[in-house]
Amino acid sequence: MSKPIITARGVSKRYQLGQIGMTSFRDELERLSSRLRRKEASTPARTGEFWALQNVDFDISAGEIIGVIGRNGAGKSTLLKILSRTTEPTNGEINMHGRVGSLLEVGTGFHPDLSGRQNIFLNGAILGMSRSEVAAKFDEIVAFAELSAFIDTPVKRYSSGMYVRLAFAVAAHLEPEILILDEVLAVGDADFQRKCLNRMSEISTSDGRTILLVSHNMQALRRLCGKCLYLERGKSLGIMPVEDAIARYTQHSQPSPPIVRLEDRPRGHAEGSRVRLLEIGTTGGQPIRYGHPIQFYVEFRLLEPVRRFAIGIGFNTREGQRVLTLDSDTMQPALDLEPGSYRVTLGVNFWLLPESQYHITCAAIEGSTYPDALSDVALWDVLPAPEDETTHRSSPNARPPVAVAVRELIA
Amino acid sequence: MTAHASTHRIQIRPNQSWLRLDWVGLWQYRDLLVLLVQRDFTAKYQQTILGPLWFIVNPLINAFVFTVLFSRIIGISTDGIPPMLFYLGGQLSWNYFANVLGSTGNSLTGNAGIFSKVYFPRLIPPFAMCGSSLIAFVVQLAVFGVVWGYNFFFTPYGESMNVGWSLLLFPLLILQTAALGLGTGLVLSAITAKYRDLQQLTGYLLQIWMYATPVIYPLSRIPEDWRWVANLNPMAAIVESTRVLLLGVGSVTFATHAVSILVTVSVLLGGIVLYQRTARTFVDTV
Repeated sequence: MSKPIITARGVSKRYQLGQIGMTSFRDELERLSSRLRRKEASTPARTGEFWALQNVDFDISAGEIIGVIGRNGAGKSTLLKILSRTTEPTNGEINMHGRVGSLLEVGTGFHPDLSGRQNIFLNGAILGMSRSEVAAKFDEIVAFAELSAFIDTPVKRYSSGMYVRLAFAVAAHLEPEILILDEVLAVGDADFQRKCLNRMSEISTSDGRTILLVSHNMQALRRLCGKCLYLERGKSLGIMPVEDAIARYTQHSQPSPPIVRLEDRPRGHAEGSRVRLLEIGTTGGQPIRYGHPIQFYVEFRLLEPVRRFAIGIGFNTREGQRVLTLDSDTMQPALDLEPGSYRVTLGVNFWLLPESQYHITCAAIEGSTYPDALSDVALWDVLPAPEDETTHRSSPNARPPVAVAVRELIA
Repeated sequence: MTAHASTHRIQIRPNQSWLRLDWVGLWQYRDLLVLLVQRDFTAKYQQTILGPLWFIVNPLINAFVFTVLFSRIIGISTDGIPPMLFYLGGQLSWNYFANVLGSTGNSLTGNAGIFSKVYFPRLIPPFAMCGSSLIAFVVQLAVFGVVWGYNFFFTPYGESMNVGWSLLLFPLLILQTAALGLGTGLVLSAITAKYRDLQQLTGYLLQIWMYATPVIYPLSRIPEDWRWVANLNPMAAIVESTRVLLLGVGSVTFATHAVSILVTVSVLLGGIVLYQRTARTFVDTV
């Protein structure tokens, strides 16, 4: 086995929970003055600390494609941030031999007023390519993005599909020894996604480059990676063959209770301030059973009036595939609501997802924006229906009862 | 590949020394620096009619207002220099300084989005700002040159104008201006990254600083008792030295300018250290 290209030893990262970075100058002065008067007790109660990564060790050899796998909050993104050097670890050390290119988002640094051509050069430079390297690959990039006719048009006139294609094309032609990718597979239409996947296996097999890839898409991981680094609540379970990792990831685990509080869950930037999701559950805490009626409810609080408002609940398989979405405004009017607290119920007469476990996503929708959204808030079991005798016939898919009429054909 | 790889060894550790600057990285990303300057420039003037001409209009209007207000109405002396020339000359280095400080003052908060997604030396964007502000400066210098030429050839004052070899020091003076603006901007961006409420400060700071600097009045108007305050303000020596170099009039001594250089160097070093230290884990707090 060749000498490792990445070695990580005892990597840990601590985050301070609560009001991080929101201090104002006044708070700081108060803290300082109380410290000067040696009043330790009056230092503001640290709402606690959170270890996103704890003592993670691993070695990766040159030319490997390693998937990083783990549930939400396992520390995948934190690890990628540290590897790509956008933040530093609290403890530990990582040594990497070679240039590192990271792609935690496509189109980083794109400027809407610049043309596609100018953005290719700018984005390439941000990702660490020199001007001559980009120039040498320019035609290939444009051809890959299928945008030669629009290359001198400002990107603000591009459709979102064109934008993403251009961004990925630049990234796909990066030539660092180590490439770090986060969920970027989920871009573009199906054809382009396939093209991206092909390009990635091409990069590593033909050019001998090392790739670290975070994805919730088990198909993509299975296709690209030989091994996976499995993270669980900030700790590494080691690097294992991809099938073992997927089996572990998708195995039956303890489901969440039928009623889940959402109010205090951490949110993304600016989410959950005007509209805040408070609780999700099934009415009366009922279990979900194939073929039976079921009613879900979502409670939320509005600080401002909302127009064209709706509540959505999404059901994803253990492999990360969305199989069902319940939106309160599907084929019916959206809601206009005044400030206050509300409970919305969403009922289904015939529950058609089969027996399995599903990850639940919950979102507040206003027009085309999401003022609050939380993914993977719960893992719910769907139970089989005792009166159903046909489940054994199919793999998990939707099986609604159908209207049946039989008529004998006369020759 | 091994030979190539061994030249790029990246070590990630917590709490690296404040002074450990990524010099190699800064050099590797030099193309990004140039492209950011270009981006700033094109993005700013893509959809304007006059484009870079705005750089001309702005100082001319200011110089005109100053001439009417301070010279004609209030009657502040201009050390015998024709007022238009005096104010344009004073604004040259001051405007460059103010542009650099204003644009680098939010280098961290302004780039939070991109900093949290990709690594490149965090000093590149503020360096690029110094470059793109230079374009406005060059245009202003041309305007000044035209007014200077007019005075030299077509007015009686022209006969007393003498500019010598010392003009060659002017680029160094501009370099010092950039260093001071950058240093102050880096300090401000490190502070505002932590305390958002101090973002309002930059505007006030610039306004007060301008009145404390001999932009609209000559240094000779400051009473002797207060001169030492002016000497501590590095911009005072820079603006006055600009006039000495370009117009041959002004009261700045070698010693006062040496103090100004000393202050500039300390501010720049302090700014870089503070900025780097804040930038290391800045994205955790956005």
